[in-house]
Amino acid sequence: MWAFFHKLGSPKWFYDISGKFLLWLAPITAILLIVGTVWGLFYAPPDFKQGNSYRIIYIHVPVAVLSLSGYYIMAIAGAIHLIWRMKLADVAMRCAARLGAGLTFLALFTGAVWGKPTWGTYWVWDARITSELVLLFLYMGIIALYEAYDNKVAASRACAVLALVGTVNIPIIYKSVDWWYSLHQPATIKFTEKSTIDPSMFYPLLIMIIGFYCFYAVALMLHMRTEVLSSERKTRWVQALVEKRD
Amino acid sequence: MYFANFAEAWHMAGHGPFVWVSYAVTLIVLIILVWWPLQKRRQLFDQQRRLLRINAGPQGQSSPATQED
Repeated sequence: MWAFFHKLGSPKWFYDISGKFLLWLAPITAILLIVGTVWGLFYAPPDFKQGNSYRIIYIHVPVAVLSLSGYYIMAIAGAIHLIWRMKLADVAMRCAARLGAGLTFLALFTGAVWGKPTWGTYWVWDARITSELVLLFLYMGIIALYEAYDNKVAASRACAVLALVGTVNIPIIYKSVDWWYSLHQPATIKFTEKSTIDPSMFYPLLIMIIGFYCFYAVALMLHMRTEVLSSERKTRWVQALVEKRD
Repeated sequence: MYFANFAEAWHMAGHGPFVWVSYAVTLIVLIILVWWPLQKRRQLFDQQRRLLRINAGPQGQSSPATQED
């Protein structure tokens, strides 16, 4: 068990194994996203209330879901870094912050564009939307905090603490549509009861959610690989890689 | 396909602009998220290769030795 844990922290081991993963995960991601997009855009029936604007759901829901679960990934990586001082966890935390910022921006943007034909406005200071905006600021805060420190060891720890404190926001976002009277519609897919979505719309959505999760894994690995290479550039294994590519 | 033709699919009964802008911006952000680490990695490899050549080149042959001193 400890040998495995130790290996997990080894940058070279991570670089090798993630390279193999990417070889099959990247094509699967591309196929899922293309199939889901085409299905959602052209083959799924329109919503009887919202018409065709609802087709934004096929990106809005996956990116919004990932903006939340990506935060947990980042906070857990931060905790692992704080407790065991694992370097790779620190790298994962910082890369997850970048991806999270991008996905949270997309959730807000697609939500705003969807809001215009549905609610008649791009923006309202509604519980769900405002707490999602706070999430964007948290992600950007973590990126900015890391850059603000000259001492990168201290920077990583400060970021990890901020990431952990920020987890308070996640259940608030998730539950906001139930706790407050909100313009935002309640969850479409439920785990405990029957979903309020027809199978003909649900299958492409499911494909898109899985596709975006795969995309997240691919992008996270790509970011982490670059960070690992950069911090290990003086080591023999990276030098060997450079020579091999020559 | 749900739509009769591509013009109808493009128009989406008036919702076309909203749908297409969402998908376009998403595509751009996803491409940036993938392109950014790849291009940084290429830069890093280029830089390291240059350093390697300086150390291994005819003028630079003495430099590894001096580093060891």
